[in-house]
Parts: sequence; structure tokens; C-alpha cells
Amino acid sequence: MSTRFVPDQRVRIADRDAPGHVRTPVYVRGKEGRIERVLPRFLNPEREAYGVNEGGEVRLYRVRIEQSALWPDYDGPADDVLELEIYEHWLEQVDDRSGAEGR
Amino acid sequence: MTNAHETGTVDHGDHTHGTPGAPDPHAPIETAAEEPDYFDVLHQAIRELLVDKGLITADEVRAMVETLDAHRPALGSALVARAWTDPDFKERLLADGTAAIEEFGIDNYDGTRLIVLEQTPEVHNLVVCTLCSCYPRPVLGLPPDWYKSRPYRARAVREPRALLREFGTDVPQDVTIRVHDSNANMRYLVLPMRPAGTEGLSEEELAALVTRDTMIGVTTPRSP
Repeated sequence: MSTRFVPDQRVRIADRDAPGHVRTPVYVRGKEGRIERVLPRFLNPEREAYGVNEGGEVRLYRVRIEQSALWPDYDGPADDVLELEIYEHWLEQVDDRSGAEGR
Repeated sequence: MTNAHETGTVDHGDHTHGTPGAPDPHAPIETAAEEPDYFDVLHQAIRELLVDKGLITADEVRAMVETLDAHRPALGSALVARAWTDPDFKERLLADGTAAIEEFGIDNYDGTRLIVLEQTPEVHNLVVCTLCSCYPRPVLGLPPDWYKSRPYRARAVREPRALLREFGTDVPQDVTIRVHDSNANMRYLVLPMRPAGTEGLSEEELAALVTRDTMIGVTTPRSP
């Protein structure tokens, strides 16, 4: 029942192809953001969609991504953000000490 | 569907017609059924199989449709009006939306969890589901067609400010926009700001200011 990530931690959303009922939109794959909040564990929809509806619960997080990190030509204020839900197995650790791209 | 009774342009008393652009009250109510597509056939086959095997009953299917139709934006409007008038309730609503709507008496029939997003002078929230049509159905009913359209789903995350301007909503540059992609298990309801000049209004009068679109975040409530 571990929680791998904590609020405000910097994370990267995995950039991989995955067939089936995947809830990670393509437009955020490979993008970096921060954990906005930790949500409960839910059945993995990638398995549930194929009838595996017990066990296999995975932690869900809300991730906040700066719009300018999503769209290089975003023309709104730098504070504008997008938030969405990402399952733990789609999140990767980012070395926060580098401070790269972060604020 | 247009309804002559709502237009006020057709007098059924003496059957006067002829208002330009008014709907024809004698128009057929139902046009010929279109050919079912692949998914219509698939849906019907699965439903009939489930009923034949005794896993669900036809009455349960009917009752679910009735439940879906019974949940309307008015529930969300009443909820927001309560939050505007009861600070303790508002606090509970923002802390745990699911528990608060159940406390308010709304049947959370689909078992989803609700996050309530507060509009403030500094932050404007906007809700979209880029993957399909996830929507807080227990509090708002079925989503409008535009919410499910590809242009809305794509532009809400790509250029929210331009999209909002087309809805008549000009969000100032010093207000942060937070777009919420409702892509997995949670559902989102926007809690709009109470307009100025509404101090004397009753909860019921306040609810009338809270339209569906204000709770999606594409517009804001107006003073009466």
C-alpha cells in the first residue's frame, strides 16, 4: 500500500505506447509536472477493461503541468496550468535538485 | 427538439400559423428510424443477452435511464446556492465533494468521486474530458453535446483562453487558468463565485443564477 510520490514532488509522465484502455492522454506523455495531490487506489483500468476486476489496484495522483511545458507556443500567462489524473505506473521520478525547467 | 409551446409564436386557440421561422406545430414528431450502426447493434445484442441470461432485467435498464434523466443541473445549482449561504457546508464540499453531495441528499448513483473546484479572484477553473465524456452526472445530469465534441475537448487543453472568449468569458491575464482534464476516476464540479449584489437573495433565488455552464467553468454567474 505504499505511496511512491508525495505532494509537490516533481515527476515525469512516461512516454510509451500502450494499446487498450489507457487513461493517460498522449498529449501529456513525456511531460513533467508536480504532484498536486495523492488520490485513493483504484482498479487498473488497463486490466479492468479486459475483465480483470479484482485485485491489482494502483495509486492514482493528480499531476499539475504548466501549460508552457505542454505547448511551447502557449500564449497565455506563465501561471496557467493543466491538471489531470495519472496512475502510479505511468509516473517516473525526476531529479529535483537539477531544478531543470522547474519553478 | 423544438417545441411550439415554448416559442409563444403559434396560437393553438385559433390555430394561427405563419410566424416566419417558427416551428411547424404539425411537423412529424418522429422521423423514420435510421439504420442502426455497428455500435447500436452491439449494444442491443449485449443488452438482450444480459436480459435473456437473467443477469439484469428490462425494468432495471428502464430504471437506469429514468435515473439518468432525473439528474439535472438544478441539483448542482441548489448545491452551489447552499455553499454560498452556508460557509461550513462550503468547507465540507471543498474538502470532500462526494461526502458533501450525499449529505445534501444527491444520490451519487454512479459511484464516482467528486472534487469541487472553487473559482476565486485569482483562479479560474475549467473542466474537460479529453478522452471521452467524463462528467459529474450525479450533480449535473448528462453532458451537453458541445462538451463531448472534439473541438471543445482539444481546445480546452490547448488554448483555453481563446475557447473561453468564444463562450463570452474573458479571463483577465492576471487570473490563472487551471484546466482539469477529467481523464480517470474523479469527477469535477466548479463552484462559481457568488456575484456582487446578491446579499438579499434567498437560497432559491441564488440557485437560479447558477447555470450548468457556470459549473463547468465556461462562464460565470451574473448579478440578477
